Amino acid sequence: MSKVIVVTSGKGGVGKTTSSAAFAAGLAAKGFKTAVIDFDVGLRNLDLIMGVERRVVYDFVNVINGEATLKQALIKDKRVDNLYILPASQTRDKDALNTEGVESVINELKEDGFDYIVCDSPAGIEKGAFMALYFADEAIVVTNPEVSSVRDSDRILGILQSRSKVAEEGGTVKEHLLITRYSPERVEGGDMLSMEDIQDILSIPLIGVIPESGSVLQASNSGNPVIMDKESQAGQAYTDVVARFLGEDVPLRFVNPEEKKGFFKKLFG
Amino acid sequence: MGLFSFFKKEKKKNTASLAKERLQILIAHEHSDTSSKAPEYLPKLQEELMVVIRKYVKVNDDAVNVKVEKGDNFDTLELNITLPESK
Ligand SMILES: Nc1ncnc2c1ncn2[C@@H]1O[C@H](COP(=O)(O)OP(=O)(O)OP(=O)(O)O)[C@@H](O)[C@H]1O
Ligand SMILES: [Mg+2]
Repeated sequence: MSKVIVVTSGKGGVGKTTSSAAFAAGLAAKGFKTAVIDFDVGLRNLDLIMGVERRVVYDFVNVINGEATLKQALIKDKRVDNLYILPASQTRDKDALNTEGVESVINELKEDGFDYIVCDSPAGIEKGAFMALYFADEAIVVTNPEVSSVRDSDRILGILQSRSKVAEEGGTVKEHLLITRYSPERVEGGDMLSMEDIQDILSIPLIGVIPESGSVLQASNSGNPVIMDKESQAGQAYTDVVARFLGEDVPLRFVNPEEKKGFFKKLFG
Repeated sequence: MGLFSFFKKEKKKNTASLAKERLQILIAHEHSDTSSKAPEYLPKLQEELMVVIRKYVKVNDDAVNVKVEKGDNFDTLELNITLPESK
């Protein structure tokens, strides 16, 4: 049975695309046939983060409009087997995506034996974001430890549980909280919401905490999903997220200042 | 990092708990807004009711309370008018 997972947040720039790329690459590395779809029509970026920008010929909207087949548009990753990327269109037409079109693409992916279909949502609560979440079975809600991001996550959770297809049919979308850009030092210093605070407020299960890390920028510079950087804390934290998603019981890492070797050294040494 | 920056840090210490408190209040409020799903005509209805009621009794703005209760099979519109104390 294939599963559709939306990576969403409401607020922009919190790490949806970074997380979608890492998560999809992680699932594929575990042997699952995975497709990651960029729903950010007009602002295509997943291709860059995944390092496949020069291989884009056709896009999601071309497939929906029958201008290309899904096979032609899907980009097969060269680093990880089982990983496929469907880029967004750069059209400025806001109505380029529609439920019938999106559904037909998702159904075709399911028929093709994809285990996971990861939908990278655009920011906001408008059409693109709605299209990305409408067919979701599960949702990864990306949240930064910051007031507006937490509030927007709460809003998007409300929309997920009222307007998605699963919700319309009386079910519930399985929710996962993914906290990104976390700084344990600042939490300890009292000027950043802690992961416990965020969980208290949103009350959905936590799937992981990704630390603020310079390696994310390095990964995007080079077009490699950060999960492939096995040395980096962010990469390792994403690896843990994938493991938890697949049912493993993995303790949280990089959430306490002590663990960050070198911090006190930086300060005093 | 001198003494000055140390004090500056101390002073800011609890902005995170302030953030949490504000978020909890705000989100509780936003949830009660959507979960009761009050029909859009409610404020207007309340306004017009006031006009009618005031034809007969002198009441304050907060004396009339209109709310919609969700039931299994039907919703009910509850109207509460607190009359002024009769002397
Ligand atoms: N854990 C992290 N540490 C440091 N920087 C990060 C982290 N996660 C994301 N970023 C940075 O934040 C920026 C936004 O990330 P990203 O593009 O993934 O967000 P997004 O939610 O997809 O944005 P949009 O809403 O525009 O689609 C990028 O510059 C990225 O490098
Ligand atoms: Mg994005």
